[in-house]
Amino acid sequence: MSFVEYGDTIKDGDTAIVFLGHESMFPVKVQHGTVTQTKYGVIRHSTDLIGKKYGSKVTCSKGGWVFILHPTPELWTMNLPHRTQILYSTDISIITMMLELKPGSIVCESGTGSGSLSHALIRTVAPTGHLYTVEFHQQRAEKAQEEFREHGVEHLVTVTNQDVCKNGFGVSNIADAVFLDIPSPWEAIGHAKSALKAEGGRICSFSPCIEQVQRTCLAMEEYGFTEINTLEILLRVYNVRTISLQIPDLGKTAEDNSSSGFDSSNPSHQGSPCANLQQGTVQFKSGVPLREVVGHTGYLTFATKS
Amino acid sequence: AMEGGPSPRIREGGCAVLKRGDVFKAVSVLRRRKIIFEKQWFYLDNAIGHVYGTTFEVTSGGNLQPKQEVEETTTEAKEAGTDNRNIVDDGKSQKLTHDDIKALKDKGIKGQEIVQQLIENSTTFRDKTEFAQDKYIKKKKKKYEAIITIVKPSTRILSTMYYAREPGKINHLRYDTLAQMLTLGNIHAGNKMIVMETCAGLVLGAVMERMGGYGSIIQMYPGGGPVRAATSCFGFPKAFFDNLHEFPLSQVQSLLCGTLRAEPEESALLQEESNGLSEEKQQETEEAPMEISPAEEQDTVDIAAGDVECKENKEKENKENVREKQIKQWERRKKLKEAAALLREKNADGLIVASKFHPTPLLLSLLEFVAPSRPFVVYCQYKEPLLECYTKLRERGGVINLKLSESWLRNYQVLPDRSHPKLTMSGGGGYLLSGITVLLERGSADCSNSEALKVEEPSSKRCKLQDLPC
Repeated sequence: MSFVEYGDTIKDGDTAIVFLGHESMFPVKVQHGTVTQTKYGVIRHSTDLIGKKYGSKVTCSKGGWVFILHPTPELWTMNLPHRTQILYSTDISIITMMLELKPGSIVCESGTGSGSLSHALIRTVAPTGHLYTVEFHQQRAEKAQEEFREHGVEHLVTVTNQDVCKNGFGVSNIADAVFLDIPSPWEAIGHAKSALKAEGGRICSFSPCIEQVQRTCLAMEEYGFTEINTLEILLRVYNVRTISLQIPDLGKTAEDNSSSGFDSSNPSHQGSPCANLQQGTVQFKSGVPLREVVGHTGYLTFATKS
Repeated sequence: AMEGGPSPRIREGGCAVLKRGDVFKAVSVLRRRKIIFEKQWFYLDNAIGHVYGTTFEVTSGGNLQPKQEVEETTTEAKEAGTDNRNIVDDGKSQKLTHDDIKALKDKGIKGQEIVQQLIENSTTFRDKTEFAQDKYIKKKKKKYEAIITIVKPSTRILSTMYYAREPGKINHLRYDTLAQMLTLGNIHAGNKMIVMETCAGLVLGAVMERMGGYGSIIQMYPGGGPVRAATSCFGFPKAFFDNLHEFPLSQVQSLLCGTLRAEPEESALLQEESNGLSEEKQQETEEAPMEISPAEEQDTVDIAAGDVECKENKEKENKENVREKQIKQWERRKKLKEAAALLREKNADGLIVASKFHPTPLLLSLLEFVAPSRPFVVYCQYKEPLLECYTKLRERGGVINLKLSESWLRNYQVLPDRSHPKLTMSGGGGYLLSGITVLLERGSADCSNSEALKVEEPSSKRCKLQDLPC
């Protein structure tokens, strides 16, 4: 396994995702002789995991079972240990497309943070591209480096521990794209420009506050970036539910109700033993929005160096 | 491997996208070919050799001339009003008439100068607020300055273009929704992907771009062949098409059945293929169809008929022609078999569906070809079919983490003291159903006895089965 190449079977040293259901999952490092506790009991790596196919159902010691999944950047994003606030797949997807990333792209990123976006970037630019990621917090930089090694992608990424606003990305005239997720991106626009290839490239800056966006846009204009465009993307997730709505009793007779066409196509009504029409219901499937949803992550400002 | 090297330049015979403001148009770059874009006509001849991203001005005779960086001309001592309490719309603020403006244009005066004249002849311009002046200039520039940027095609550009120009051809798949699909599907180099789309080949192109020529794609198509109008706008190198396969949807059922009936038929097919490979297959054609299973009958009948025709014409027609035709047919059949063989392995790394068809039957069949622990994404313009698809997939099993979603996109105007959301796009971008495949339980492949399977399981597990998936 690696985050940039699918494998069929689980091997010693792999990072696998233990899926318990209902978006309940966690990553596990597969190691001979190790055990992992779940609410369904113990998983013994040597016998339960190693050599099994990814996507298998694994029965735990208490008789319950889980699925073991191949890692992907998206599953990693949902399960990684947070060292900072992270970017989620919805923002990541539009960033990747709008930065025009593909195999072979050279990308600069700062800060590395918890490596959520980094994994997605590496996946997209592999096998011939490269990510230069800059993180000013030493521990975070080291931790990210360690994760990249564990995930079999260290050859595709260079982590640098420095302040991008002061020292830039450590490379120049090399990048096809630059991504900024730092508190004062306007201070890094000049460095971003020099990191980008002479013939041009794309830039994106992520900021939660509109004041940050304003300063960033001004800086981009000052440095001659064009096609400056700010957008926001929001995900709406729907629960699929079967809904029953009760038919109100308007004092009508059975014939009246059936002529209104309600119960004819209604299996629950037909099948139900209740003869009383007042208890009649109409059933349908609906996509019900979650009660609470993410209303704002950040503004994404894109621009072109040409 | 395909990237890097010298900066990409506009080549004759290549692909390019014209951009004016937010309007795009994809073209192939040809000499002496008149292009009409945004009410202007011109030739691309002069653009050849320039790097992508160059901005051109349309000059007389439809020639393109690279635009020099010019400083804003309106930086004289700025005079502006504070509000519009005294600005009256009497329709006479512009002293230039329509005819005057037309005369200026006919004289071949540059757009920039026309804008300047319009400003000078506007009696209210100086009373407008600074912001209103800005807006006025931008509006006039847009109208009179004939500036065109030629950009390199990409998924970003083409999906934006298609959504704006021809949303009907891509089932109203908005670009941010396409972006979600590529990410949710974990599309990357080295994948073996199954793509079923009726989006003019835009989704296929997006997948090809993300795979960079590494790995393989099997495109499932309805009707007589795959539509790839949008795919060809990407200008992919030839090598990207080496591992692009196609397979007709109408043969999916027989492929699935054939596999269930297993070995003997398959070996027959293989033998038949090797015959075709090793010899000039003329002698073989009459026997070959008989070796082929009834499942593939329709296809083989066509081929056999063609071959017979060839034989008859052999003496009369010139040999070259016949050979060409045969080679084409042989190649077509070979490609079909290659695609079938790839599908039969049932180990695809993902499935992308974005079509005008009902998604449920597509998913129920095509998921058979996908390996366990791989993502799949289905697009539909409407939510309701995906609700049904969700339910049917839950019944089928073999999938987890099912998610029905929609993305909203909001664009912003960001200007000093004038920042606000531009337009909200909602509803029109379509819906996605995504999930991850897992190993189907033994015995549930002939899904008639899923009830029996349930009974076999201990009751404690059964409870978990119900609350586990998704």
